[in-house]
Amino acid sequence: MSGFIYRISGPVVIAGGLENPNMYDVVRVGKEELIGEIIKLEKGMATVQVYEDTSGLRPGDIIKSTGMQLSVMLAPGLVGSIFDGIQRPLDKIRAESGDFIARGINVESLDTKKKWKLKAVQKKGAHVGQGDIIAEVEETSLIKHKVMVPVGVSGTISDISEGEFTIEEPFATIKTESGKDVKVAMLQRWPVRMPRPVKDKLPMEVPLITGQRVVDTMFPVAKGGTAAVPGPFGSGKTVIQHQLAKWSDADLIVYVGCGERGNEMTEILTTFPELNDPKTGKPLMDRTILIANTSNMPVAAREASIYTAITLAEYYRDMGYDVALMADSTSRWAEALREISGRLEEMPGEEGYPAYLGRKIAEFYERAGRVHVLNGSIGSVTAIGAVSPPGGDISEPVSQNTLRVTRVFWALDAALANARHFPSINWLNSYSLYADDLAKWYEVNISPEWSGLYKKAMAILQKESEINEIVQLVGYDALPEQDKVTLDTAKSLREDFLQQNAFDEVDTYSSMRKQYLMMKAILQVGDEESLAVDHGVPAERMSKLEVKQKVAKMKFIPEEQIEEYSKDIAKLAAEMRNIKVAEE
Amino acid sequence: MGDIYYKTISQITNVLLFVDGIKDAAYNELVEIRLEDGRTVTGQVLDTRDGTAIVQSFGETRGMNTGNTAVRLTGTTAKLKVSTDMLGRIFNGMGKPRDGGPEIVQGEEIDINGSAINPYSREEPSEFIETGISTIDGMNTLVRGQKLPIFSASGLPHNKLAAQIARQAKILNKSEGFSVVFGGIGINSEEANFFKTEFEETGAIDRAVMFMNLSSDPSMERIILPRLALTTAEYLAYKEDMHVLVILTDMTNYCEALREISAARQEVPGRRGFPGYMYTDLSTIYERAGKIRGRKGSITQVPILTMPGDDITHPIPDLTGYITEGQIVLSRELYRKGIYPNVDVLLSLSRLMNQGIGKNSTREDHRGVVDQLYAAYAKGKDLRSLTEIVGEEALSQGDKAYLKFADLFESKFVNQDYYEDRSIEKTLELSWELLSNIDRNDVKRVKEEYIKKYGKWEEKNGPK
Repeated sequence: MSGFIYRISGPVVIAGGLENPNMYDVVRVGKEELIGEIIKLEKGMATVQVYEDTSGLRPGDIIKSTGMQLSVMLAPGLVGSIFDGIQRPLDKIRAESGDFIARGINVESLDTKKKWKLKAVQKKGAHVGQGDIIAEVEETSLIKHKVMVPVGVSGTISDISEGEFTIEEPFATIKTESGKDVKVAMLQRWPVRMPRPVKDKLPMEVPLITGQRVVDTMFPVAKGGTAAVPGPFGSGKTVIQHQLAKWSDADLIVYVGCGERGNEMTEILTTFPELNDPKTGKPLMDRTILIANTSNMPVAAREASIYTAITLAEYYRDMGYDVALMADSTSRWAEALREISGRLEEMPGEEGYPAYLGRKIAEFYERAGRVHVLNGSIGSVTAIGAVSPPGGDISEPVSQNTLRVTRVFWALDAALANARHFPSINWLNSYSLYADDLAKWYEVNISPEWSGLYKKAMAILQKESEINEIVQLVGYDALPEQDKVTLDTAKSLREDFLQQNAFDEVDTYSSMRKQYLMMKAILQVGDEESLAVDHGVPAERMSKLEVKQKVAKMKFIPEEQIEEYSKDIAKLAAEMRNIKVAEE
Repeated sequence: MGDIYYKTISQITNVLLFVDGIKDAAYNELVEIRLEDGRTVTGQVLDTRDGTAIVQSFGETRGMNTGNTAVRLTGTTAKLKVSTDMLGRIFNGMGKPRDGGPEIVQGEEIDINGSAINPYSREEPSEFIETGISTIDGMNTLVRGQKLPIFSASGLPHNKLAAQIARQAKILNKSEGFSVVFGGIGINSEEANFFKTEFEETGAIDRAVMFMNLSSDPSMERIILPRLALTTAEYLAYKEDMHVLVILTDMTNYCEALREISAARQEVPGRRGFPGYMYTDLSTIYERAGKIRGRKGSITQVPILTMPGDDITHPIPDLTGYITEGQIVLSRELYRKGIYPNVDVLLSLSRLMNQGIGKNSTREDHRGVVDQLYAAYAKGKDLRSLTEIVGEEALSQGDKAYLKFADLFESKFVNQDYYEDRSIEKTLELSWELLSNIDRNDVKRVKEEYIKKYGKWEEKNGPK
């Protein structure tokens, strides 16, 4: 199966002499056995993208095909781990090569020696189809790993045992209709570039609750939905992605740091084990898988990292979990595509990106969704991708192709970030196409008046920007009093509601109930102000009221005191009528 | 490899040599190019296939020819010999002494491209570095192991600022200072002399290693230089347990050189002609900053770049900002007002600030008070541009206070002397003094207890 290197140009190697190579077969390159993947075949020559630095390779060096496609290992042990772009565990790489990543390291993705306690949930003689759950393993305190019948297998369980197994040891046998015996172990492999099959896709009905007010209230994303977060550097993309990874109510988070900073992955690694899931109180790391291919790690593995991540997400979805995937940043992935494409001397499309960029982006987001999995239960993969447009200008190809396929757009705004308004999601430019689909859920689960409040808040913010244009011309003092009230309420919405401090213990997460009470309080005070103005109270005087101070501090009030606190505000707001009119 | 000299150059274009008949040149291998007059120039293999190698010359190709110029493979990729003997010395962009001193003979040979730090091995940078500059310590705090560039523009005093940081940087309550590795990339001789004199005067030269590539030196060496500097820094940090501050100036010249080579290679250009892989390339420089678990030393990077046309969206600052952990942006407007250091705090950012400040390092009120300064200054500046249209009279009383605040903020807080080493304590006290110019009720970003403890409203307006 071995061939020889003919040419080397950066991460791209051309080789000859391989016997019957297939597209996307994984190969081992050179004496150090660097990992690569065949991406082009031509006249007996195979073009290989190498996932490691190619310095020192020479023409004539040996190249071997593994005959396998780039695949991931799927079994217990994934959750709580950190992998590189091609699923090599970084902790084992460290044990092998020290603090710096050496080349040609060959480590297994998962521990094949560790014994897991396995509990069978199907009995001998049961008829099972592909994707059916036959056993369970306590993978972490939060994730029960469900071992499924491999895709393409169905039949009768002729043998099944319980107890301690490694992921490679078969624990069950399935007799297929054709009479073949299939031995089943926990470990399964799946090629990353192929979506895992599902029964059918379902409409979105449930929001992914993130505890971030501007997201949950203004621009919600559905479980199984897709969202794009484009923004210039320093606008807080990463902080938002981290916040979503921390607080969203998904069962499992797959976080892929694709071509980004090393220290950001370190931050997750140091903070997540210490943080607790607000729902269960268990460490967040027990529901998190990290994929880290930082910017200085080889570019081809960066291209693969996105696929590795979404395949793992799909695998847990198939167990019936709600999985959320955060990709930071898809632009770096697209740039990796561009770099490889350039080395292949392909005809470039827009801004040097290959012509198939749009298709690749669409294919990726299409792997998200809320679905009936093969065994009939419901699972979802929510995909949230950060985009890093050059110069913050979203007219560039990666942003545009992403916006075409994603249904939520959180527009990060440099001006807001510069004024330290975080999260810097611009409320006028952003949108969520799920808002209408999810309205029913909010009305049933939060409050029947939800939609009314939400629309009113949006209208006030819209109105603010119109009034501000007038202020630019005539100044604040010349405004009608009612407009001043609108400005005041809008300011309160912006500063007291939309702004949320990720680094404050309390403010970092708001339950839906708290979000509702906060919005209600702000709008109620706004209504009272408007009434007072009608009675002749000058608008400016109201900004000094105690009730305004109380509204401003509401975000810092812990969840357990919030009901009481909001009653106080309602009372104070109601008193506004008497006091004001009396003073006049 | 070895002693074979190939006289089979078939083509020479700009800085590229096409050498035929070479069977096994390794990718990125160094070559020696020998000219007829005996001069030798170093080059590197860019593309290799059975039969032809494309070699990039680091020096000028003037005088080379296709008949008699010979190429020898050295069998090794670019390496640098490093040792503590390098402290106090000045080298060129190929790592050769340029101070007239002897070559470094003893030491370890290390591949200058380094290897990526395993993200799992990294330690989160969190130690506050006091630079004595309010706009940095107070509002864009630098921590050990961070990479924080200065975004400047031509004619602005970024070199002074970098020198001041190098002179004053220290860890609170500790006497240990930094070793400095300085990389001058394509700078002119005045700039080179400025830093040299500066380091000599402060005595920093004894714990500094300087690499200089002047604008008249080959531009290819600009690609190598930052890698030499960082290889040295890694040695000092991780082998000799030193805390190293790396100053690289000017990264714009580096990127220009990268573009020059890319064009010579006839690669598909990306934005503004810069190669599509510039992000990845820059990251292999910037990501070499950091701290590693279990090792004593650290590498803190302060790269300097000049934004062409003062444009922050230009690919050089843009890609840099996406990799580095924040940026210090210098403002032409403040410079014209005579304010030094002319840091535009609204555009500046330190991503690792939160880890370095607060109760156990600077002071408990730090985060809140700084957020408030930001908000107030942003508002003051907005109002300033508004008054240009409607005049100051149209502002409410409260808004006028913000205008005044913005002016005071620039003249008292941002502004300081080149030799003024302002402690963090003093910076925070100054912040509260300035905030007392605005209405106490507007201060929403600071906890009530800190306002009570540190606020200065009473002093000014009498007890409430």
